[in-house]
Amino acid sequence: MEALQLRDISKSFGRNQVLFSIDFDLQAGEIHGIMGENGAGKSTLMNIIYGNLKSDGGEIRVDGNPVTINEVSDAQKLGICFVEQEIALCQDATVAENIFMARINQGKGFNMKKLAEEARQILEPLCGGSIDPYEIVEKLPISNQQVVEIAKAISNNCRILILDEPTSSLSGEEADALHRVIQDLKKRGIGIIYISHRMSDIFGQCDRVSVLRDGTMVSTRPIAEATVQQLVNDMAGREVDILYPPKAEDLQRTEENVVLDVQGLTDAEGRFSDVNFKLYKGEILGFAGLLGAGRSEIMQGLTGLRPMKGGKVIFHGRDIMGKSTSAIFQDGLVMLPEDRKKQGLFLDMDIEMNTSAAYLQQITRGGMIQRGKEHRQAEEMSKSMNVRCTGIHQIVRSLSGGNQQKVLLAKVLAKRPDVVIMDEPTRGVDVGAKAEIHRLLRQLASEGVSVIMVSSELNEVMGMSDRVVMLDSSGCLVGDVTGDDINSDHIMYYISDAYKYQEKNDEVTEHE
Amino acid sequence: MNETQVKKSSPVLDFFKRLKNARETSLILIIVAICIVLSITNPYFAKWANIQTLLGSIAINGILTIGMIIVMISGGLDLSIGAVMCMSMAFSAKAITLGVPPILAILIGLVGAAVCGFVIGQIVTKLNLSHFIVTLCFMGIARGVVYVMTSGISISLVSNLKTMPTLAFIGSGYIGGTVPMSFVIFLALAIAADLYARKSSGMRKVYYTGSNEMAAKHSGIKINRVKVLACVACSVLAGIASVIYMSKYSGVSVSAGEGAEMTALSAAVIGGVSMNGGKGTVAGGLLGLLFIVLIQDAMNLFSVQAFWQDLIRYVIVLLAVILDVLQERARKKKNS
Repeated sequence: MEALQLRDISKSFGRNQVLFSIDFDLQAGEIHGIMGENGAGKSTLMNIIYGNLKSDGGEIRVDGNPVTINEVSDAQKLGICFVEQEIALCQDATVAENIFMARINQGKGFNMKKLAEEARQILEPLCGGSIDPYEIVEKLPISNQQVVEIAKAISNNCRILILDEPTSSLSGEEADALHRVIQDLKKRGIGIIYISHRMSDIFGQCDRVSVLRDGTMVSTRPIAEATVQQLVNDMAGREVDILYPPKAEDLQRTEENVVLDVQGLTDAEGRFSDVNFKLYKGEILGFAGLLGAGRSEIMQGLTGLRPMKGGKVIFHGRDIMGKSTSAIFQDGLVMLPEDRKKQGLFLDMDIEMNTSAAYLQQITRGGMIQRGKEHRQAEEMSKSMNVRCTGIHQIVRSLSGGNQQKVLLAKVLAKRPDVVIMDEPTRGVDVGAKAEIHRLLRQLASEGVSVIMVSSELNEVMGMSDRVVMLDSSGCLVGDVTGDDINSDHIMYYISDAYKYQEKNDEVTEHE
Repeated sequence: MNETQVKKSSPVLDFFKRLKNARETSLILIIVAICIVLSITNPYFAKWANIQTLLGSIAINGILTIGMIIVMISGGLDLSIGAVMCMSMAFSAKAITLGVPPILAILIGLVGAAVCGFVIGQIVTKLNLSHFIVTLCFMGIARGVVYVMTSGISISLVSNLKTMPTLAFIGSGYIGGTVPMSFVIFLALAIAADLYARKSSGMRKVYYTGSNEMAAKHSGIKINRVKVLACVACSVLAGIASVIYMSKYSGVSVSAGEGAEMTALSAAVIGGVSMNGGKGTVAGGLLGLLFIVLIQDAMNLFSVQAFWQDLIRYVIVLLAVILDVLQERARKKKNS
C-alpha cells in the first residue's frame, strides 16, 4: 500500500525555483533511499512533507487520500515524523522527558515514573533496553542520542519516518546499531524515507532508491536493479551546467614551486589522519569528499583553528604547525570560512569596514587608521569583486547572499595572500554570482596565488580545479587526479566509498 | 531591492545621510528639547549655578560610562566599575594618609584598578565565562576589599588635601572661577576617547571583536587580547574617576560608586551602544548619560520626592529602550 504519494510538487524561493514537479511514492514497510548532491533539493522536499515549508503546487496523498499539510502539527497528526540531521534534543533533560517533550509541554504537570515506563516500552524494541529512560541525554553516545531522536519521532503514532543523513556523525559500529533499529521499524510497517550520501547505507538498507538532482527527481529504482555507477551518474549529471573558466595551462609542478607542503597532518579528535599533499604556485587544488569526510576540518587544522595531534605544515619553507591563526594569517595563508555569516562577515557593519578587517595593519600609521586609504581600498576591492551595492557604506546584512560572499572575498583578498583556502566559496549564491566568483578565483590563480578549494558540489570542484584530491568518508586521503582524470565517475567512485564497497558488494546484498 | 553597481558617492551627501540616521542626532534634538522646556518652565534651570552643578556632577559618571561603552563594544559589560572605583580610591587614600606622595598614591590606585580589569579579562577569556557573572563577583570582591581595608569606616582626607592644592583642585577647583576642573578633565577624556574609538585601529579591533568574534578571529585579530585590554581600559577609567571622586568629596566613603554601573549601563544603552557588542559610539553613550542627568536634574528642580526618583528614572530608561527596539524593527522591515 502507498503510505505516501507526492504528485507534481514544485517550490520556488523568490525567483529561484528549487523543486520541479516532483513525483515520489513510499510504501508502508518500505525503506526508500534518497540521494543527491548538496543543494539538490532533498531538504526542501522533506520540509514540504513535514509542513515546515509549503509547496507552490501539487498534491500530497497519505494512504491514497489527498491531504493538506500547512504546518508541522498537520504532518504529525498524519503520522509523519522527521529526524533531522542535527541532533536537537535537550541535552540536560532525561531521555524520557525528551521523548515526551511535546506531551509535557501541553500537559499540566507529569508523572515521571509513568513517562519513564512508557519511554521504556518505546525504547525496548529499538535498542533492547540499553538506554535508561532516566539517563541525562548529554551522557549518551551520539548513536544512542540518534535512537532517542527516533524514539521521540515515533512515540507519536508514527507511520512515515524521514531520516536525514542519520549516519553522518556516527562511527561504523554505531551506524550498524542504528540500521538494526531501522530494519525493525520497517518490519512494523512504517514507511521510511532514508536520505544518505553513503552508498553502503543505500545498498545495505534500502528497498528502492531515488536520485534528486537540481530539484528534479532523476530516477527511482528498486535496489536490486541499481548499480553504484548508475547512481553516481544520476547524481553528478552528464551535462555541465555552468561554463567554467579555462584551466591553467603552464603549471610547473616542480619542487621549487611548492608553496605549501602538508605532511602527516593528524587530527586530535581523529576526524582525519596522516594527510599529505603539496600545493604549487598558481594552482587551484580541489578537495573532493562527501559531507562529513573532514574537508573543512583539514582546512581548520592547516590554519590553526583546530587542534592537531601531529604533522607538519611547511609554508614559505617554515613549519607553521602550532602557530596562532593570526600569525599564520599575517604570513599570507588565509582562509575564506565556510559559514560566511558566523565566521566571515561583520553583518552589521558596512562594506568598507568589512573589507579592511584583515587589512588593518597595512593601513594603520601611528595606531590610527588612515581613513583615506581605507576608503580607496574598499572602493577598489568592491569594484574588482563587482559587488552590487548602493555604495561602500551599505550595511552588509542588507546585501544578497552572492554579494555578501563577494564582500567576504574582498576582505580575505585585500591582504594579498600567497595561499587562499576557500571553504564552500559559492554556497547559497545564485548562478550569476557563482560564475563571477569562479572567474575571480581563476584570475587570482593566474596572478600566482595558490588556491585550495573545498566544495560539496562535485561539479564545481571538477570545473575549477587543476588538480583534485579525494577524501573518502572516513577522512582518508585516497589520492589525487589531474587533467582528464578529473571526472565524476572516477571521483565519485572514491569519495562515496564505492571503491571499498565494491569489494564486498555481493556479501552485503545477500545479507539483507 | 534597488541595487546598482558601486558608484562613487558624494562625501558631503554621504555625511548628511549618516548624520540623519545617527543616534547622536536624535539624542541631541531630544536633549535640546528638554533643555528648552526646562528653562521655560523652571526659572532655576538656566541659572549658571544649576549648570555648574550639572557639569560638576557629570564628570565621575561620565568617565565611568566611557569605560562601560568600551567594554560593551567589545561584546561584554562591567558591573564592577563602581566598586573598582571605590577600591582604587581606597588604595590611594590609604596611601596618602600613610604619607605617600599624592602622585605615587594615585598611581597605586590606578594599578590596583588595572589589575582588577586584567584579572576579569583573563577569567572571561581563558575560562569563557560571561562578563556578567565575573564582573558581578568582582563588584562584591572589590567592595569587600574596601570594607576589609577600612573596617567600614570612611577615610577622610580633609586635612591632607589642605596641603595638596593640586589634588584638591582636580575635584573641586574651577577654571577661571567658572568651569569645574573635573568637567574639563572629563571633556578632554571624552573627546580623546571618541576620536580614538573612531580613528584608531586598536579600537576598531574592539568593534570587530564585539560585532562577530569568530569573524574577527578569522581576520587574524587576537580576540582574547582585545577583550582583556577592553576590560583593563574600563577598570583604569574607573581608577581615573576615583581620583576626581576622592578630591571632590575629600575622602572615601565605603559606599562610593554604588549603583554607578547601572547609571553607566543605562546611559550607554540609551546612547545606542548595543548589549550584543560591536555597535555604538562614545559620543552616543555620553549623550545618553546627559539625558539621564537632565531627567535627574528636572526631578530635583521640580522637587520630586526622592522615593519616586528611581522609579521614574528607570521607567524612562525602559521606555527609551523599547522605543529604540521598535524603531530598529521598523527600519529592518523597510529594508527587507
